[in-house]
Order: sequence, then C-alpha cells, then structure tokens
Amino acid sequence: MSEITRLDEEGEAFLTKVEILSGQKLTLCEQCGICSTSCPMVEEMDITPAAIIRAVQIGDRSVTESKAIWVCASCFSCTVRCPRGIDLAKVTEALRQFTLRRDVNYIDLREAQGEEYPTIALVSAARKFTG
Amino acid sequence: MLKFPYYPGCTLKQKARNFEVSALAAARYLGIELVEIPRWNCCGAVYSLTTDNVMRQVGPIRNLIRVQQLNDSGELPERRLVTLCSMCFNVLKRANLMVRSDPEALRLVNQFMDTEPDYRGEVEVVHFLEILRDVLGFEKVSAGVARPLEGLRVSAYYGCTLLRPREVGIDDPEAPRVMEDLIAALGAEPVDNPNKSLCCGSYHTVGRNVEIVAKRAYRILQGARDRGADLVITSCPLCSFNLEARQDLARKLYPDFRPMPVLYFTQLLALAFGLEEEAGLEENLVDPRPLLRDKLGVAV
Amino acid sequence: MPRIGVYVCHCGGNISDVVDVEEVARFASRLPDVVVVRSITHMCSESGQRAILDDIRQHRLDRVVVAACSPQFQGRTFEKVLQKAGLNPALVEMANIREQSAWPHYRSPAEATEKAKVLTAMAVERVRRVRPVERETIPVGKEVLVIGGGIAGIQAALDLANAGFRVYLVEEKPTIGGHMAQLSRTFPTEDCASCILAPKMADVADHPNIHLLTYAEVLEVKGSLGDFRVRVKVKPRYVDPEKCTACGECEKVCPVSVPNEFDLGLTQRKAIYLPSPTAVPHAHLIDENACLGLVPLTCGLCARACEAGAINYDDSPKYLNLKVDTIIVATGFETFDPRLKPQYGYGRFENVITALELERIIVRMAEGEVLRPIGKRVAFIQCVGSRDAQVGNLYCSRICCMYATKLASLLKRADPSREVYVFYTDLRSYGKGFEEYYRTAQELGVKFIRGRPGELQEDPKTKEIILRVEDTLTRRILEKRFDLVVLSVGLVPSKGTLRIAELLKLPRSADGFIKEAHPKFRPVDTPVEGIFVAGTAQGPKDIPDTVAQASAAASRAMAIMNRGEIELSPIKAVVDEERCDGCGECVPHCPVEAISVDGVARVNPATCKGCGACIASCPREALDLKLFSNAEIMAEIEAALAGKKPGERRILVFADDMCTYTLADGVGTAKLPYPVEAYIIRVPSSSRVTPAMLVRAFALGADAVFLGECEEAVSPYPGTLAAIRENVRRAREALEAAGIEPERIQYSAFVTVMFKKFTGLLRSLAEAVKRYGEIPEEKRKALEGAVEVPG
Repeated sequence: MSEITRLDEEGEAFLTKVEILSGQKLTLCEQCGICSTSCPMVEEMDITPAAIIRAVQIGDRSVTESKAIWVCASCFSCTVRCPRGIDLAKVTEALRQFTLRRDVNYIDLREAQGEEYPTIALVSAARKFTG
Repeated sequence: MLKFPYYPGCTLKQKARNFEVSALAAARYLGIELVEIPRWNCCGAVYSLTTDNVMRQVGPIRNLIRVQQLNDSGELPERRLVTLCSMCFNVLKRANLMVRSDPEALRLVNQFMDTEPDYRGEVEVVHFLEILRDVLGFEKVSAGVARPLEGLRVSAYYGCTLLRPREVGIDDPEAPRVMEDLIAALGAEPVDNPNKSLCCGSYHTVGRNVEIVAKRAYRILQGARDRGADLVITSCPLCSFNLEARQDLARKLYPDFRPMPVLYFTQLLALAFGLEEEAGLEENLVDPRPLLRDKLGVAV
Repeated sequence: MPRIGVYVCHCGGNISDVVDVEEVARFASRLPDVVVVRSITHMCSESGQRAILDDIRQHRLDRVVVAACSPQFQGRTFEKVLQKAGLNPALVEMANIREQSAWPHYRSPAEATEKAKVLTAMAVERVRRVRPVERETIPVGKEVLVIGGGIAGIQAALDLANAGFRVYLVEEKPTIGGHMAQLSRTFPTEDCASCILAPKMADVADHPNIHLLTYAEVLEVKGSLGDFRVRVKVKPRYVDPEKCTACGECEKVCPVSVPNEFDLGLTQRKAIYLPSPTAVPHAHLIDENACLGLVPLTCGLCARACEAGAINYDDSPKYLNLKVDTIIVATGFETFDPRLKPQYGYGRFENVITALELERIIVRMAEGEVLRPIGKRVAFIQCVGSRDAQVGNLYCSRICCMYATKLASLLKRADPSREVYVFYTDLRSYGKGFEEYYRTAQELGVKFIRGRPGELQEDPKTKEIILRVEDTLTRRILEKRFDLVVLSVGLVPSKGTLRIAELLKLPRSADGFIKEAHPKFRPVDTPVEGIFVAGTAQGPKDIPDTVAQASAAASRAMAIMNRGEIELSPIKAVVDEERCDGCGECVPHCPVEAISVDGVARVNPATCKGCGACIASCPREALDLKLFSNAEIMAEIEAALAGKKPGERRILVFADDMCTYTLADGVGTAKLPYPVEAYIIRVPSSSRVTPAMLVRAFALGADAVFLGECEEAVSPYPGTLAAIRENVRRAREALEAAGIEPERIQYSAFVTVMFKKFTGLLRSLAEAVKRYGEIPEEKRKALEGAVEVPG
C-alpha cells in the first residue's frame, strides 16, 4: 500500500473537466463527511460520497470506474445537507458521463425483459444508465 | 369549479391508473377540475444534472408550452400546471426554473423547437398536494370528508423528488408535514416514520441491483410498521412500485417482514370522500382491501 | 491679494534625481501671487521648516505651498509650522511631486518635471482659494452608557468606573452575569465560571460610579457623541430589591410553576423567583406574565409570606431619560436553535441536548441535583449551526471545539468508564493553553473522530440515539448507540444585539454581528462616532478575548472623554442658507442622517462624516464641503488642465484619502509605472465630485476622469459607492448628449494593496483615450455652457 499518487497536470485537467461538467467548485469541499452519512445508498458503495469528491480533488481518474457512482440514486439527500452548498448529485452525474458518453452503457435494458415495469422505472433507468 | 391544466405523465396511464382515477374523482368532489393538457409527451422522469444539459430540457418544456397555448387561446387561462407524480413534478419544475434563470438556455431550447411557439417562462409547475394545502386549504378538505378515517393509522412516505432539492420541494426536506396534515384532516391518525423521505432506491429496481430497493423497502415499511402504521401513502408511481413489488424480495432478505399495503394519497382521499368505487383499489399490488374492510368497514 | 510662498524640496535626491527642481522653482515663481520661491534639500528638516517660518515673518506670507512628498507623509509637519507662525493650518498645501511624479515616473525625467510643475500649479491654485477653517470642538463629559450586563459589559463598566467615569449599566434581564454565569467551568483552566464572575458582579453592584439598571430596556437613543440622549424603561419587579433578603419564603407559597430560563427550562421556578443562585441584584421579582394576577390582585400569598415587606403589587414601569457622552454596546449572543436542523432530532428525541443545557446539568449535579442521567455513552457533535450554508451561517463560532473538549473532559473525569466521543471537522485549539488542553483530553481517553454526522435516529423502544458518521480519516462508516448526544451549538447575535443595532443604526457584518469601524485597526469602534462594541455582540469569542475587548472599548471611550472636549474634523458639509429652499432632497442622501430640515437644511457637525455624498443631490446646489469646497476643487481641476500642449492628454484621478490616495502613494513608492498623464486630486471621498464638476472638467480640457473610492468593507463612510455610481451616470449622460464617449469616465473601489488593479485600470483608460482621439473644441465648448459649479 505504498503506491504514490502524483499530483500532476493530468489530474488537474480531470478536476477541471468534472467541475465544468457539474458546475460545482470542488475545491470547496472540506471533507466533513455529512454527505456520506446522509446517503441512503452508502452501504452499497465501494467508496463513500465524500471519498468520491476527494478522489476528484486529487485528480484520481479511477473514481470514474467506481461502483459508487452507479449506486447513486440521485435522491439529493447529500445536496440538501452539504454545509458548503455543493450539489453532489451533479458531481456523480458528471462522473457517470465519462462512461456513458463513450457509448458504454451501465445496464443492458434487454436484461429488464423478465418483468413488467412501470414506464417511469424504465425511462429513469434508461436515462441514468445508458448514454 | 376550479380548473387547472393537468399533466398525468406516462405511468399514470399505464401501471398507475389507480393514481389518476382516484385523483380525478377526489378532485372533482372537491370542486376541482383537472384538465389533461393536449399532446403532452413524456417528461423524461429524471432531471438531467450536467451543465450542458440544455437539449434535455426540450421534452419537459414542450409540455409547458402546451399550457402556454391553453392560456393564450383563452381556453384555460390558469398558469399553474398540476402534477400528481412526484418525479414528473420534479423534472418539470426544475426544467422550468432552469430556463427561467438562464435566458441563453431558453433561447436555445426555443430555437431547437422551431415548430412550436416560443416558451415565455410564465407557467408555474405545482403538485396536487400544494393545491390542497395552499389553494383549497386542509380545512375545506376536512369539511368535505364523508367517511372520517377514524381508527386508520397511516404513515406518509414522501420519497425524494417531492422535497428535494430545496428550490423544488413543496415542504422542508428535514421536517415535512404536508402529508401528515392531510392525513389528520381526513380523520386518520398520522404515524411518524423516521424513514419517511429515505430514498426507495428509484431506478435500481430495473436490472440486477434490485436488492438495493428491497432493502430500502424493508426499512421504510418496517419503520412505519414499528410505529404502528396500518398502511403507507405515497405520491410517486416508482416509489409505489418499489414499495409494493419488492415486498416479496424483502421478505426473503428479512424474515420478520410482514406485508404492508401502499396507497396513493389520492386513494386515501377517495376513501374519505366515500368514493371507494373510484379509488382503483383493485389495482394495488398489495391488496389493501382486507385491511380497509376490517378497519373502516368499507365494502370493497 | 494673497502672498504665497512656494518651497520645492530635493528630498535628498529622491525628487531632485529625477525632477529638475530648479526648473520647477522657476516655473513657480512665475505663478500669480507667488512672492517667494525656494528650492531646499530637505523641507521637513529643522532648516527647511525654519526657512518657511522666516519667510512668513519677513515676507508677510499668508499661504504656503510645499512641493515635496505626500501630504499623508509630512502634511502635519507643515501644518504645525504654520501654527507656530500664527497662521491657520488650512493655509498650507502640499504638491505631491515625490510619490506622484519623481518616484513612479523615474524613467522619464522630462515628463516627470513637467508633471511636477502642473502639480505645483494645482497646489498654488488650491491654496489661493482655501478659506481658513476654525476647528470646532464640542464638550464631552464623563458619562457612559453600557448596554448589556454580561462579562463584557461588566468589565467595561468596572474599567470606566475605576477610572472615575460615571457608568449607566443597562441589562434587560433581572440579573447581570450573562451566559458566563450559566457555565460550569471555563476552558482551558477549568475555573469555576460563576466563582470568578461573582466578585466582579459584586463590584458592579457596590461601585459608587456605576448606576446599575437591571430588568431595563433601552427604548430610544438620539443625538451624537458628547450628547446622546437615551430613554430607558425599567420594568416593574414588584419587589423592592433594597428590602428583599432573598429568604425564599415567597417562593414556597407561590402556586404557579413555570420553566426556569436560567436553567434553560430544565427546572421550574415560581412566578415570584430569584433569577439565579448568584443573581445581582440578589433579590426576588415577580414575573407578571406568569403571576395569576396583579391588577386586580388574584392571589396575594407571597406578600403575606414576606417578613421584610418587600413586595409591592402596585409597582409600575419607570422611564428614565439619560444624557451620556459615549456608549458601549455589549449585548452578547444566543446559542443557535438546533430546531433549525431537524435532522438532529432536538426537541423530538429526549436524549439529544445542547451544550449549554449540559453546562446547567453539570452545575446542578455538583450541587447534588440530577436533572437528567448522563449515561455511559456520550457523543458531542460539532459545528451545529456553524460553518453551514444550509442554515445560512457560514462562519465558525470559535469556541465550540474548546467547550466540547472541556465538557468531554469533565464527563470523562467524573466517570472514567464512560465512552465519550467528539465528532468534528476541524479541531480549532488556537488559543493560549488550548492545544495542551486538547492533549489532556486525549490523555483522558476522549475519542475524537473526524466526521460530521448527517442525521440522528432514535430507537423507539430504548430511546438510545443511533449515530452514524463517516470517519473521513479511514473512510469507514461508523455506527454507535449513545445514551446522550450533545449538540455543540454555535453562537448567533442575541435578539438584544439585533434590536440595539437597529436602534443605534449600527451596520452589521455579513455574519450578522455588529460591524467594526475597521476590521484591523479599529476593532472595538463602530462606524458611529462615540459608540463602541465589545464582546460577542461583535462576533463569537471566548472569555479572555471578551474581557480584552471590553477593556479596549472602555479605554477607547476614555481616550475621547478624558480630553473634556473633542475636536471635530473640519471637513464638514455646509449649507448656503440663501440658496437653500428647504426642499429636503439632500436628507435621504446622507448615509449617517446628519441633515435635518428646519426652514433650511441643517447639518449636524457632530454626526456629519464629511464624505460629501449629499452635495450632488441638491437641486439648488446649496451644499458645499469645508476644506474641499467646490471652489477649491474646481481650482485644482483648472490648474491640472491648464497649459495643455496640443496632442497632450490629461486624465484626472479623484482619489479618496483613506484608500485610493494611499494606494497611489504606495504605487509610487514601489516605483510601479502608470500613465504620466494621470493627475491625482485628493478628496475625502469621491462622492463629493458632482456631475457638474465632472462635466466641467471635460469642458476645461480633461480627456478622461477616474474616480477611486474605498471598498465598502473598509470604507469610513457607508453608502458612498452608490452616490458615486449615480454621479457618474448623470455625468455620462451629459457627455453622451454632447457626442463625447461616456466611457471616458470610469470609477472603481479599492483597498490600499490593489497596486495592479490601480495601475491596470489607469493604463486601460489611457489606452482607451488614445483610441478615442482628441475631443474636438466645439464639443468642449458645448459642455462649458451646459453646467455651472457654484462657489
């Protein structure tokens, strides 16, 4: 566990991209962790919401491959609690785009054939999980 | 007779017909006519959260243009568009706020929809609960009660999109009370539930992560059960589906789980107004009728 | 005919290395009414000053110009020289040819010399028109009103009283002592709070120089420094404190029980009660709202039980009219109401309390009364109501980290088997002994976890509190059940602070607390002269800082009152009573309400701050400013633009004394280049430059005008930026009507370090002027007819 993360321009560029796409100033996050314990999905996540922001702050692009950003249910509990006024839901949405906009879907809707879903479920899943 | 333009959304015409049927009946009873707007389209279910999301507002805004057209033609001058589904409410209201605060975005959206008249930003998006609370007042609702729901202990489940984020919400996300006040106005006993706005899991119900939803359904319903609730009311067809359809899976994960009926708040209204024939109760996935016969003596 | 002497300083080479001082001297000698000109190596030296003195006597000079450094640097020196010679100090002017020519333009000596000549001519023209000004003084006595009887008010009152000043200490509660009296122990020493406070409270009660008014409210304050007229309402106690022995027999028979405020509702008191065990005055009083009825008398049991005969049901409010010379505001704080954060369950969950409630519980426990069990598992949640955009309090409340550390330590020491956790985001242990105290807490076994809980849940059966938090240092979500959760609530301005701030028209900072006159150099002065602030009314702070600030406020008040009189700044607005028609247009334009109308407008010289914002508002141009009058400023403008060669450009820069002029001096001292064509005119505030003056400047040859003013946060005058904006708008309209680019007038706000902003803006303006080209003569002539500047 003595891997060194270099704080370099590539990381800086990643942070800038996420900030532009989400419209949030991520350097405002002081890592208090309120978002994490407000998140109803946190137990299903591999990294906590606060850790997601920290990863972006230090330019760690691997956060786009985390499970956590897909577990997010866009419930906005974090958004209404953040003491710095950061809208985290917008940040996870931005991070999902790094996959979706490369034409890679998170779910295959063909898997959803087995059940009769209400339209709202299919449409929202399609919007969030496919490009 | 109050008349409002009304946006049903896709699911209310498909899996959640009971929501619409009971709502229209209850509204009519209260002297409110909900006029379905013509040629509406799917709202998109979720609000697109990235900063470059201007094109995703086209769908929601087109529905607001329909209202604007009704206003301009004089057919229905009311500017407030009423929604029933919380998610539709959230998307439409957020899209509206966005283009109203960003003139460039409004211009782009209008330009893209070149066959539609330009949206001017004058429509207001409201939820039916706001009409009951702010326009009619719960006193009038109470006055209309034909069958007080005494003895029925009801827990409100708000979900996420009715209350958050703050600029959209119809009540304080940390301490909402509109549904509890409505329950009390109908003569039933409101039961508090600390998980009343805990996310049900939303779209995770599709696909392989469905357990996420089952776990939360358990927490929400058990939270209500532990405090003595007989049933739970919601305002969203996705919350409703998640809380009903995932009860079997919840039972598998948590053996102590017992089934709990889930009603739309408008079905509760219909019951209180003696309109049980139009409450659509036969369509609820967890049959509430035995409980209602037992507790209220209703012939359903 | 004035007789002017001009002295050009070499400044030991600082000026003469760049500017040809002899040429400037020759130029000056050709100016009208100049009878003596000298060029001297060091004007500020003995010999330089002697030269002026001798010339005044020998040549009967009645005005002096010193072309040398900045008036902010040596202005006083030469004012004293004139006073020595028996001349009014207003009759000397300095031409700033060092900071504003030789230094910044050191690369172009020829241009610097030409500029120095113009600056000298400006000073000569100004001094020619200056009218001598007598310094007005107002008498100041030795009476002080201290509003608020907490530790801040108590300390200030004692300092003043001990120094021989007469103090009225007004406290709205029935006892003094404030929140400090409610505390158990204080950090970092763990002193018993009421033990160290009690002697001070007794001193206040006994002090012959302190008139203590408790259960009293300030209703109204009129007037100004040296003459504040205060109306105070003393509420009826229905018990005479002189007779009451606090025996408590009345309490025993009173049938009414209500929550006890001193214990934050954790205990009950009677309708007739002793406000606190350490109350000063130490006497009971009747709460007329709780009592069953006084008029008509319903019960009457207490009077019968009172052996001292102290109870008087016929008591009534008393109104006092006080006249004081200075006021100290020490109205304190309240704790943040945690019901504004429903997610923590305060008010719903019985096992969630605030830190102040815990203080009372600990105090009572030491006296043998258990108000509620503490249990074995206690959690402290930090930053409740502070550092939180969701409730609108962005600031840090400063004391919570330490008070939680203290409470945690006390609980742990009382029962080492307890588990005590503190959930924090940052641990702010900045003060003397604080870090060491934090270490001691860690040694005791208090656990500090870095994470802020999002919400609390309650087990409906056991009522335990289930707390979940992300330990941000290990990134794990932790969960624990607690018997008691203590919310470390932040500080907010008390209702009394808000009310008094409005009553006295004191501005508040963005955090809601009372604003200081200057955040660095005048931390206990308010922008209103004669009114000071101390303690938590100004912002969250601990007891040592509060005491220090209270003594500071007392000493500031003493400094003014000791002199027996205060000299008002001579820069005041004046009304030409012949022009004035009493319309009252000017009244709302004065940011400190110094103007009233009584047939004609009258300016209160004690309140007037001399900004000049009112001048532009008068439709009859009846207002002027002493020492920076219309005549004086116009003379400077004319001189600045005279002798302009064809193709030459001149930009006038109006610089407010406090910020922009200082900034310009700083730029010059740092030898940073800026356009040599910028000629700086010093004003108290740029709001004094009227639209008419701006337009006339263009008529007379200006190519552009720039106005600089203090940023709002550091400005000695409230609201001048808005006045400047309006004046510029009107002037730009006139320019546009005459076919001249309105963008030739620019303005901006500065603080004194904004070197780059200043030079950058002037450079842009100079470049714009180049692009626009010359203003044709006809257009200038058209403007000339359009406006007049009286005076």
